[in-house]
Amino acid sequence: MNGIHDMGGMHGMGAIQHEKNEPVFHEQWEGRAFGLSFAMDSFDKWTLDAFRHQIELIPPAEYLRIRYYEKWIAAYIELMIKGGLVSRAEVESGIPAQGSPRMKPALPAAQVPAMIASGAPASRNVPASPHFQAGQRVRTRNINPVGHTRLPRYARGKTGTVERDHGVFVFPDTNAHFLGEKPQHVYSVRFTARELWGEQVAPRDSVYLDMWDDYLEPA
Amino acid sequence: MTTKRRDFLAGAVSAAGAAMTPDLSHAHGHPHDHDHAHQVVPSDLTLRVKALESLLVEKGLVDRAALDALVDTYEHKIGPRNGARVVARAWADPAYKQRLLANADAAIAELGYGGQQGEHMLVVENTPQVHNMVVCTLCSCYPWPVLGLPPVWYKSAAYRSRSVIDPRGILREFGLELPEDTEVRVWDSTAELRYLVLPERPAGSEHLTEQQLAVLVTRDAMVGVAKVMLTTEGASA
Repeated sequence: MNGIHDMGGMHGMGAIQHEKNEPVFHEQWEGRAFGLSFAMDSFDKWTLDAFRHQIELIPPAEYLRIRYYEKWIAAYIELMIKGGLVSRAEVESGIPAQGSPRMKPALPAAQVPAMIASGAPASRNVPASPHFQAGQRVRTRNINPVGHTRLPRYARGKTGTVERDHGVFVFPDTNAHFLGEKPQHVYSVRFTARELWGEQVAPRDSVYLDMWDDYLEPA
Repeated sequence: MTTKRRDFLAGAVSAAGAAMTPDLSHAHGHPHDHDHAHQVVPSDLTLRVKALESLLVEKGLVDRAALDALVDTYEHKIGPRNGARVVARAWADPAYKQRLLANADAAIAELGYGGQQGEHMLVVENTPQVHNMVVCTLCSCYPWPVLGLPPVWYKSAAYRSRSVIDPRGILREFGLELPEDTEVRVWDSTAELRYLVLPERPAGSEHLTEQQLAVLVTRDAMVGVAKVMLTTEGASA
């Protein structure tokens, strides 16, 4: 979707605020929000892509106003409700519905180290023939889907060069909407800065994006 | 007018699905990605997250000890010191560096790192001719196993918006002025590949041990917004 999250190339967002010796979490609630998100992921009721899209659905003014882990909390509440793990009434009251069954945590403390160490690879070991190869010139499609995509606006309809084939990965545009993983090749594609931004930028600079087969066509 | 604005914000919040009513008195009217500027704990957020945690624990969905373990892991065990060890090893051991650049996942796993948000790693090498820097314009993708959770500036609208269109301007704000003939490569983390910059080994560091080298390597250098200096000033950044 053409949302506020798709920020590449925007002006007016201010100067970089660099904090020395920055803590991992600035306040205790941030750590708890982070932990809750992780723990609830283990129910496998949604995908990382669905989480990202849920954050993108936060209206622009809110997206810019609220804090980073506040976005997570807002998104997880929606995911948990859609996933049937809690009801909106429960979230609003903070109290489990009368007679609701007591569940079992999907992530017991003892499993935390193993869960962190194993991760959740997005690569898929399935046959999918690559549509492109290293060295090939490609053009990104000019798409404007209302749903989730990882093809940023600033890189649509642009010509670049495939630098390497990363292998086969799940496709976020479908996976975010529970429409299947649609595994396909992902490539590192190099775009010259001038192709993206015009003649005013440095001639030798470039931007690399990781692009799925469905985002590309031969140039 | 005030009512209208409140209504608009409240509507926006419910559209976003934040089911708990935010305390609108905390609207500061400016972007909040620079959280750290605020010293006062916004009690509404503390209370909201506490209430949510209690609910999930009471429903049996969440093991409180798991939350403690997660927070402890990312506060104390997984952070940029991991990446610094990888970089120092690459500087000290040319064969390791070759493995790191050819197959980052396996080489990083040699030092015991990997997993969540670092399942598919790539290492890009800075040289006098090429300077790499990493961003996620669409959200906040970052190589957790080697750098920990991202700092606020990396997640900020300022960095995400400008790093791709004006990387040299961003680097200047970090105090790094690159020669015009250096090629700047910006890596926008649009997929599940996670990037670690292998900074240039500082001149005059030949006599240092791998452990001493690791102390010099900063988080910012491994994101590609700084160089590694011989002094340890700012090594905690």
